[in-house]
Amino acid sequence: MDREIAMMSHVFDWILVLLVLALAWRSLNDCDLFRGVIQFIALGLLLAVAWLRLRAPDVALAEAAVGSGLTGALILSALVRMRQRERRGVPASASSDTSRTLQSGTSNRSRVLIGALSLALLTALGWAVFRFSAQSSGLAVESLAKLPESGVTNPVTAVLLNFRAYDTLLEIGVLLLAIVGVWALRRGERPGDDLRERPLLMSLLRLLLPVLVLAAGYLLWIGASAPGGAFQGGALLAGALVLGLLAGLAGRFLRRERLLRTGLTLGVLVFAAAGLLALWRTGGLLQYPAGQGGAWILVIEAAALISIGLTLGLLYLGGRPEEEK
Amino acid sequence: MTILDLITGLLLLAALFFFVAGTVGLLRFPDLYSRLHALTKADNVGLGFAVLALMLQAQSWSEVFKLGLIWVLVLAASATVCFLIGNEALRRGVKPWTGKSP
Repeated sequence: MDREIAMMSHVFDWILVLLVLALAWRSLNDCDLFRGVIQFIALGLLLAVAWLRLRAPDVALAEAAVGSGLTGALILSALVRMRQRERRGVPASASSDTSRTLQSGTSNRSRVLIGALSLALLTALGWAVFRFSAQSSGLAVESLAKLPESGVTNPVTAVLLNFRAYDTLLEIGVLLLAIVGVWALRRGERPGDDLRERPLLMSLLRLLLPVLVLAAGYLLWIGASAPGGAFQGGALLAGALVLGLLAGLAGRFLRRERLLRTGLTLGVLVFAAAGLLALWRTGGLLQYPAGQGGAWILVIEAAALISIGLTLGLLYLGGRPEEEK
Repeated sequence: MTILDLITGLLLLAALFFFVAGTVGLLRFPDLYSRLHALTKADNVGLGFAVLALMLQAQSWSEVFKLGLIWVLVLAASATVCFLIGNEALRRGVKPWTGKSP
């Protein structure tokens, strides 16, 4: 019986691997951009399943929410914008250039160069992976031994927000830089029609939006002991924001730019302040006082949750929100 | 294998049947409206059976509740999305299939 189950999961894994490769290929090469985007979203969902098979549910959650859901929404909105511009007849500018490059435009020489570089990277990474001995567990043993001192029981959260907290601080900084860059470039508006006159959609949103916010808080809280955390919760929050933006509900919220700016920077500010406070209290940057790790992590993550949610959600606008008309 | 495992297996088979039926409908039905119908209705029933099967294997009541919540949310979302897609198609003048060739 056990052998059959092991065999079934082998078959399942192989089908999964082949599907992921096929979808990746199709999403890059489909001549219809819309179909390519849909295949990219499906690819993200399958990758989430692959992470689950590798027993990395934290990554699976992030991949499904950010890699598939939010990135899919971003690319779809870019596609809608491109088509709207083409329909309005904006000539040979950014829009049609983009579509040409996406479809066939890159020259043969740069294709060969990109292919060679990718192949070199793949070879180097593959060589690195095969050089690992099967018994080596990296720093897992040391990390797990120190787990009780971290203040949380989920090893992923312990690494992300305690042992290697400055990596996460810089990651949240990168997110802030991304939205600063997008806001600096242009004003953004929601693509598509106003959907407020659709009663069924509105009643779904009345059900979904509170549930999404609640689930984001739940993921943040549960992140201390089980898969979850600020990034996964933030992605849900961003999903709620994108739904609100899509339906045209967030207009008044978008006009309060000072509030938005505070929210966007909150994560980095609180994280950096916590780091400095820890430096003053214990003499180590981001080295939390003994026994208080859990509380410090929760406060930092709560601030990060808000910033991550706002950043990922507002990126969907493709620019700084329009001023009041 | 307990009686509970047996019922779980049967429920999963039922789920499989409805998922396959929904997928066949999606691939084989003649127009957008009937494909939507096949996909959302059959898949929701299939997911319902799968959720029931998982509920029987759950370790605690809170897991049962969460599984039920997932099903209700998917039901609400897919019903709404089905309506929105169908409604938008009708507005843009996609003709429903009537069985008669034009």
